[in-house]
Amino acid sequence: MFANYALGAATAMSLIAAGSASAETITIATVNNGDMIRMQGMTGDFTAKTGHEVEWVTLEENVLRQRVTTDITTKGGQFDIMTIGMYETPIWGRNGWLLPLDDLPAEYDAGDILPAMRGGLSVDGTLYAAPFYGESSMIMYRADLMEQAGLEMPEAPTWDFVAEAARAMTDKDNGIYGICLRGKAGWGENMAFLTATANAFGARWFDENWQAQFDQPEWKETLEFYVNLMNDAGPPGASNNGFNENLSLFQQGKCGMWIDATVAASFVTDPEDSTVADKVGFALAPDTGKGKRGNWLWAWALGIPAGTQKADAAKEFIQWATSKEYIELVAEKDGWANVPPGARSSLYENPNYKDIPFARMTLESIQSADPTNPTVDPVPYVGVQFAAIPEFAGIAGQVGQEFAAALAGQQSVDEALEKAQALTTDEMEAAGY
Amino acid sequence: MMAPAVILLLGWMLVPLTMTLYFSFKKFLPLRGGDLGWVGFDNYVRFVSSSAFWPSVQATLVIVGGVLAITVVLGVLLAILLNQPMWGRGIVRILVIAPFFVMPTVSALVWKNMFMDPVNGLLAHVWRAFGAEPLVWLTEASTQSIILIVSWQWLPFATLILLTAIQSLDSEQLEAAEMDGAPPVKRFAYITLPHLSRAITVVVLIQTIFLLSIFAEIFVTTQGAFGTKTLTYLIFQRVLESQNIGLGSAGGVYAIILANIVAVFLMRIVGKNLDA
Repeated sequence: MFANYALGAATAMSLIAAGSASAETITIATVNNGDMIRMQGMTGDFTAKTGHEVEWVTLEENVLRQRVTTDITTKGGQFDIMTIGMYETPIWGRNGWLLPLDDLPAEYDAGDILPAMRGGLSVDGTLYAAPFYGESSMIMYRADLMEQAGLEMPEAPTWDFVAEAARAMTDKDNGIYGICLRGKAGWGENMAFLTATANAFGARWFDENWQAQFDQPEWKETLEFYVNLMNDAGPPGASNNGFNENLSLFQQGKCGMWIDATVAASFVTDPEDSTVADKVGFALAPDTGKGKRGNWLWAWALGIPAGTQKADAAKEFIQWATSKEYIELVAEKDGWANVPPGARSSLYENPNYKDIPFARMTLESIQSADPTNPTVDPVPYVGVQFAAIPEFAGIAGQVGQEFAAALAGQQSVDEALEKAQALTTDEMEAAGY
Repeated sequence: MMAPAVILLLGWMLVPLTMTLYFSFKKFLPLRGGDLGWVGFDNYVRFVSSSAFWPSVQATLVIVGGVLAITVVLGVLLAILLNQPMWGRGIVRILVIAPFFVMPTVSALVWKNMFMDPVNGLLAHVWRAFGAEPLVWLTEASTQSIILIVSWQWLPFATLILLTAIQSLDSEQLEAAEMDGAPPVKRFAYITLPHLSRAITVVVLIQTIFLLSIFAEIFVTTQGAFGTKTLTYLIFQRVLESQNIGLGSAGGVYAIILANIVAVFLMRIVGKNLDA
């Protein structure tokens, strides 16, 4: 009883203290993902601790990107914190549009942030956005179909094994397709997957002089492998399938394997949504023995635009939302399966979290991706499934359309690569590289 | 008394138009430092010489033409049918008009996932029931699929306008023709169709204006792949994906020119009807 009173009094005191110091209202732009919506529900805890009020602007991913990009480029100043990803952070940080986050207090334990995440959100070693959650990609497969095919999935398979298994599992008459992969055109759809895959095949977007590399044999090998595999073992209409389409195919039990975001693991193992929840196994994304795996790396992170008047309050919020205490707060209220994954190493040492079936594979996938050194041959850009330069989204959007057309059989792999090379070279020249 | 309205209208239209023109002569790259100075007609030359330009103009015209043809023909037929006395006519009319209330993004998603999906779609099940290999609509017949989706949305509009027109048709005239022994086809061709010509003109003009800027359906279904990249979509890619305001603005100016060419063309051919 006394403890309760003491706690209440302490909260009240700190509220008054914080209030009299400088209680601000900060505006945060964020994406409408489950983890972000959950964070909004927890805001009361932050307000109780610091006295600062929070206003949320929650948007769908593409709209968010356009809104925050417009705001930061026009110096609109609508937001005190922006939710941005690994693509935006290095570009904006380099332009001086974000406040550096290198002065966070010791108890925040910035060293606990996973090195891969830190690398992808930094410019020359300075952190410009703090990861709220992170993801990589991995193989999700049907253990039962694997067994039927008489094969056993290793923890770290090669692309050849994956292709063999996919063909063996395919039973088109019964609507079972060995492998479901992204084919829908878009820089965040098929190109995210194909760029990461290309890394494993030794291909890269640009050489060290920013020359496009689609005329190189590695890209031809990547794309031919992908198109042949999808023709033999993929679902019909794969060139229109993105994350959501493949998720639904997998949940219906129509895919033998699916290589996609680690965050999908909790959806395919959820018995309420997935008909195959108890039959799913996980493995690392495949490689070709060249030293790089075909998995990507992404983080949704919180950054502070340089023009904000409320930098201190914004920093306090970021410290709260990306801290260990926040993770524990979510675990206490909603259970360990629902905490934001992939940002901090301490989470994966936590005995409560280790029991979750996909936790270890998620961590290993994240750790095996290196955004500062993503390819077999050296490259001048940061990013695993993208190149963090402003022109990339535009170029990859168009290249994605050519590759989707190749997958659909409307043009040959050679034609697609030729067009990709030409348009990438054009755009890079126009951008002054 | 006209002044405030005229000023408001001019401001409303002229400000965006002037800004588009202004930016189209600049190298304006927000992610590369913003305004990088005047470049003359560089953006215009680059936009037209891009390999995506002519295919996009062609795709735009094919989609607009296809939707117009389908909605006008089916619209006339539906209007005639709905004008017949029948049981439950009110409900049928509401059902026919219903698609117009569905948002373009929603209808595109419904078509993509529920009808055209080659694994789970309704059409795929129909195809399989007849022992045929399901058609992968959005890749094998991408332009046709988009025309189909958009036509579904615009058919109610055409039907509504044409139905109103057909209701004003003097029934005595039709009866007189029938008594004189004119067969149904001739009655339709010489009485009903001429009577509908003004309504058809209105449908064609209004739909063309909206269809030239068709975007949501393409964004949701094919992302501009498989030859469905319209001029609007190309401009979207230049401005928002490539973050090249100058190049996109030049594209916008081209789009205005194209729209005006089409408008003049239409006015010459069908617009005469509006004078009567």
